[in-house]
Amino acid sequence: MTTMINVEQLSKTFTLHNQGGIQLPVLDKVDLQVFAGQCTVLHGDSGSGKSTLLRTLYANYLPSSGAIYVRHQGEMLDLAIASSHQLLSVRRDTMGYVSQFLRVIPRIATLDVVMQPLKERGVADKEAKDRAADLLQKLNIPERLWSLAPSTFSGGEQQRVNIARGFIQNYPILLLDEPTASLDQKNADVVVQLIKKALANNTAVVGIFHDAHVRDAVADHVFSVYSDTSHANDQTPSHIN
Amino acid sequence: MTNTQLFQQDRSNAPLLKVNNLTKLYAPGKGCEDINFDLYPGEVLGIVGESGSGKSTLLTCLSARLAPNDGEVLYLNRENNWLNLYQLSETERRYLLRTEWGVVHQHARDGLRMGVSAGANIGERLMAIGERHYGKIREKGMKWMQDVELEVDRIDDKPSTYSGGMQQRLQIARNLVTHPRVVFMDEPTGGLDVSVQARLLDLLRTLVTEMNLSVIIVTHDLAVARLLAQRLVVMRHGKIVETGLTDQVLDDPQHAYTQLLVSSVLTP
Repeated sequence: MTTMINVEQLSKTFTLHNQGGIQLPVLDKVDLQVFAGQCTVLHGDSGSGKSTLLRTLYANYLPSSGAIYVRHQGEMLDLAIASSHQLLSVRRDTMGYVSQFLRVIPRIATLDVVMQPLKERGVADKEAKDRAADLLQKLNIPERLWSLAPSTFSGGEQQRVNIARGFIQNYPILLLDEPTASLDQKNADVVVQLIKKALANNTAVVGIFHDAHVRDAVADHVFSVYSDTSHANDQTPSHIN
Repeated sequence: MTNTQLFQQDRSNAPLLKVNNLTKLYAPGKGCEDINFDLYPGEVLGIVGESGSGKSTLLTCLSARLAPNDGEVLYLNRENNWLNLYQLSETERRYLLRTEWGVVHQHARDGLRMGVSAGANIGERLMAIGERHYGKIREKGMKWMQDVELEVDRIDDKPSTYSGGMQQRLQIARNLVTHPRVVFMDEPTGGLDVSVQARLLDLLRTLVTEMNLSVIIVTHDLAVARLLAQRLVVMRHGKIVETGLTDQVLDDPQHAYTQLLVSSVLTP
């Protein structure tokens, strides 16, 4: 089993300088390992710090202390001390992230939004377009919408565009923040298939899924995140209810 | 050579601009002080901060238009030679600004020649680097009008007859026609209404990706910074208070001033 992410003693405390310097400790000395071809599900109550952990793995949040080693171009790079330039390289080549919300320039067509990660890596237009079209089709976005900007779409449609964008590249590591939150059963199943295909391609997946059906379908490991006791541990899927 | 190969070749892991201890002070706290950062090929760096924080002073120093009191700006040119910006002669600096660099001003009239036609505005930079064939210059002018979504049949009109958004796009065409490697932009979407702004942002982002441009963009609009810049520098009282990946700085700001800046934004 190849370790793709190795989190050591990761802590995250938010300091609100403009609200009397209040300190909000969220993660306390978390240890976590994520392996290639396996899906690790982050599990815990609302507000327990699952999203904070996931965002910190993507370097969207800055760790307060500890290390996040990520296998990037054959070496383990500690994101906690990596330069911005290295972090961008990790995001371009190694780690993809699907958030709950789509954030794009208002006017860009859906097809272009989905193609963009490939274009940024220099993939030819034709190939990028074909792959984007294939994913949009799989995710049941009607072709007549592809030339429109997704800002006018429904929440579920926007999320599916976001998913297509996240899955268009075969990242070695994929982080998923409730990718099925506003999807119906049929489309959630498509996402399950996409995740399984990524796992078969040896991608390491870390995800938050509120939908038990999706969680059970993809989870190899369940990692519980607790808020008060501030400790976390690893369980097999059968241990959760 | 295919586009992809070109692209990968350009994506080197070495910076092409280095800023070391750059200082330009008009008075204590007025201007910019002790600025350090590197810019990489294909990277868009945003400089944010409130009015008077020294953003524009810094940009002017970086783009060879204002000599600093202290520090240096180093640039790796197309021939792979490191140039120390303020040790070059005035002529060499001006040549750099016409060829490998571009400057997009907040007010288009500062970056355009209002008395000559749009075509001449685009052609001027080509002539400055030695292009003499009128037909070719006009052809390139028309191509660039199209690329920035201006009506080609208005090529002979003066920019004074253009709207603000059109003038801004013309200014961008004028800068990009010589295929610069680094473009400096000062509030390029400032003063434009939102629909025009979105169109310009889309255009800028496309051109940046296609041409693998490095861009330093000054803006006070955090939404613009989020959409265009990969990396942010936050300035206050002339100094850098925070730097990092754009989404990290905006979603998890560390410095009190950045937290205030981010929490003060109105979202419709």
